[in-house]
Amino acid sequence: MRNLFRFILQNHVFLLFLLLEVVSLVFIFNFNRVQKSRFLNTSGRITGTIYESYSKIEDFFRLPSVNRELAEENARLRMLLAHSPGGPVISDSLLTLRSGGELQYRYIAARVISTTVNRQQNFITIDKGLNDGIRPDMGVITVGGVAGIITHVSPSYATGLSLLNTRWNVSAKLARNNYFGSLVWDGRDYRKAALNEIPFHVELAVGDTVVTSGYSSFFPEGVLLGTVESFEKGGGDNFYSIRVNLSVDFRSLTYVEVIENTRKDEIERINRLHSGDEDMD
Amino acid sequence: MRTWIRYPVMFVVLVLLQVLLFNQIHLGGFLNPFMYVLFILLLPLSMPRYAVLLLSFFLGMTIDWFSNSPGLHASASVLMGFLRSPVISLITQKESEQSDYPGLQQTGWRWFLTYAVFLVVIHHLFLFFIEVFSFENFFRTLLRSLASSVFTLVMIFLSQFIIFRE
Repeated sequence: MRNLFRFILQNHVFLLFLLLEVVSLVFIFNFNRVQKSRFLNTSGRITGTIYESYSKIEDFFRLPSVNRELAEENARLRMLLAHSPGGPVISDSLLTLRSGGELQYRYIAARVISTTVNRQQNFITIDKGLNDGIRPDMGVITVGGVAGIITHVSPSYATGLSLLNTRWNVSAKLARNNYFGSLVWDGRDYRKAALNEIPFHVELAVGDTVVTSGYSSFFPEGVLLGTVESFEKGGGDNFYSIRVNLSVDFRSLTYVEVIENTRKDEIERINRLHSGDEDMD
Repeated sequence: MRTWIRYPVMFVVLVLLQVLLFNQIHLGGFLNPFMYVLFILLLPLSMPRYAVLLLSFFLGMTIDWFSNSPGLHASASVLMGFLRSPVISLITQKESEQSDYPGLQQTGWRWFLTYAVFLVVIHHLFLFFIEVFSFENFFRTLLRSLASSVFTLVMIFLSQFIIFRE
């Protein structure tokens, strides 16, 4: 027993080092395994408040470009409105409307108070939370297209995965011929992502538009993701390897809209009836 | 400034600088300085090693708290805190008189730069590789960590003239 104590005393630095290192690694691996770790807390009150007050200063210098973006978005929406038959309907697809005329998707405007682009796992924190109707698993879009998805909500802030997160992919399709695959970020360039699972027989061209497929309950169909930058026949499998230029500039993400899918529960319930273990994202 | 107030102030300033300024710097999504390690570098040389380890862990966890990366910065900082003492004895000549506070003026620029280069590179290599957690794209990750180390070292060098001067 005395020898043990002497051993501990003599090696206390190394043992403490091991202990702290193991604690850190446990944090890392738990987080890897369980995405909904409690640690994700830029939506927490203290961190949220600090980030928010800082981003207000930063916003001031960004006003001109934000104004231009919003004006462009306004113009685009006005054009959509003018061309849509029968008044203000967001899409002409019957699918986006309830039988009673109630919209399936509701949009909540929010401001980004913190985001990064240079990690392997990038996150977005916004200034709206539970009190504003934000819930986990809601999609986040911006003027340019898909930005991310909400995972954690506090009373007045929310945090989520950015599209630039290697642990997440979006169900996507080619707008031209509706072939669908999944869009994943490979952790390298914040302007590029990869589109997987498009088979060889599909006709492809550089510049083709990639949009959301609508198969997941997070995003409506047809939200812009990017354009095809290049494609090649990879060795081994039967799928193209496609590089996509992302349409959203994640470095200047400021104003976003959070999408509430009012029929999400219903869709998920019926999906669960079929595929017990199929992942729906 | 007196020591007991100097280090807590430095801790807060470095964490805020890291979180609000340096975390927002990403040249081409590639370079990412981690200036906060300056705190570990500047701890007194005579500080007990267990205290250095605990402070490194606490510092790393604080940065993680703000960056949604549980354990990541903590593990890299603890490694750096652990290797601090071996690096110091490796580069210090036995007979020379040494100031207890590391710094360009206090311990000489040659000593301080060697000390900073060793520890910052160790920290950054560990951090970037544990973040990617694979040896896929090995050279890309290597380049990222080395380029970011250079960036961090330049910032640390400059800071010696601006803020943390005696």
